[in-house]
Amino acid sequence: MAGKSNVKIHIKTEWCKGCVICVEYCPTDVLAMRNGKAYVKDITKCTACELCEIRCPDFAITVLYDKSEK
Amino acid sequence: MFEYEKYIRKNKFPLVWCSGCGDGIVLKALLRAIDSIGLEKENVCMVSGIGCSSRLTGYVDCNTLHTTHGRAITFATGIKMAKPELNVIVITGDGDATAIGGNHYIHAARRNIDLTVIIFNNFIYGMTGGQVSPTTPVGMLASTAPFGNMENTFNISGLAQAAGASFVARGTVYHTVMLEKLIKKAILKNGFSVVEVLSPCPTAFGRRNKSGTIIDMMNEQKDNCVTSARAERMSERELEGKTVIGELVNIDRPECSKQYRKLIERCRSGL
Ligand SMILES: Cc1ncc(C[n+]2csc(CCOP(=O)(O)OP(=O)(O)O)c2C)c(N)n1
Ligand code: SF4
Ligand code: SF4
Ligand code: SF4
Repeated sequence: MAGKSNVKIHIKTEWCKGCVICVEYCPTDVLAMRNGKAYVKDITKCTACELCEIRCPDFAITVLYDKSEK
Repeated sequence: MFEYEKYIRKNKFPLVWCSGCGDGIVLKALLRAIDSIGLEKENVCMVSGIGCSSRLTGYVDCNTLHTTHGRAITFATGIKMAKPELNVIVITGDGDATAIGGNHYIHAARRNIDLTVIIFNNFIYGMTGGQVSPTTPVGMLASTAPFGNMENTFNISGLAQAAGASFVARGTVYHTVMLEKLIKKAILKNGFSVVEVLSPCPTAFGRRNKSGTIIDMMNEQKDNCVTSARAERMSERELEGKTVIGELVNIDRPECSKQYRKLIERCRSGL
């Protein structure tokens, strides 16, 4: 699936505890782990589905997406 | 994105819970449910007992009360009777609600008092290092059951149903979107409403039982749960070993705080 062009992912590393939930359940393999924290590996694949955001237990990941744009 | 900042006490973060603890996922679903109903923070009161899950109330910017072990429902009952206009939400663990607080739980259901009770079922006493709770499955290891638990378990949802609750549902942290909807329905329902949430504890339960990582524990939820709608069409044999999730009970019965107001009116008008 093609990603959305205007999506941004913000990861608050101070709050991330490295549980890997966001990486594991991202349907399009956008996220990965580095030094025990999540990071954005390939934003071009992101569909802004927000599954990572709703499942992150530590409020560490935010999906920023302007729904009015295509 | 959802603006969690509107509802949290940011200065208390990061959360005290372990890496991968399911409780943070439930907290977020709860905040989204409150927002989608459009409740004002001043009209929400969250009451918790003691346990890892009960720490939740410290993180939410509304009226909150962190009480004593097993007594969250008791305090919440007093609040609801005194101020019925408040949306009173109880945050409690399987130990808090069904061991030390078991009697409060069944009698609040019997009275059908309008509380929303979110029970974080991690099958163990998390905070104190993994002792057996009334929901620890038979055969599972706990610090007080080094050779495997030999006791039968309570079915948290079944208990509420049998005692007379108006609304009963079961959710998981894997089925996150459904969880938010179930919590929303429970808050909106007038009467005693229970959402039993399977919220894995990778530390005190998972590690000892070699359940793998939090991912393994959430995958198990994904593979092993069937929705109540689907379960209706399945035989008992097909349902063996499965966990039924979704709405389980939704009935209307007279609600306690309303009956109490009516009684006050009657007494005032000379009976
Ligand atoms: C009267 C009393 N007895 C015992 C304890 C010790 N204690 C603290 S938390 C807890 C159990 C917590 O288990 P649960 O309610 O399932 O919550 P969890 O930590 O798993 O979220 C116990 C027994 C206490 N604080 N007060
Ligand atoms: S929004 Fe969806 S696609 Fe994008 S990183 Fe998160 S889970 Fe993956
Ligand atoms: S889900 Fe949250 S806490 Fe877990 S690794 Fe991802 S960003 Fe970090
Ligand atoms: S001990 Fe278990 S329930 Fe307590 S914070 Fe850790 S993972 Fe969560």
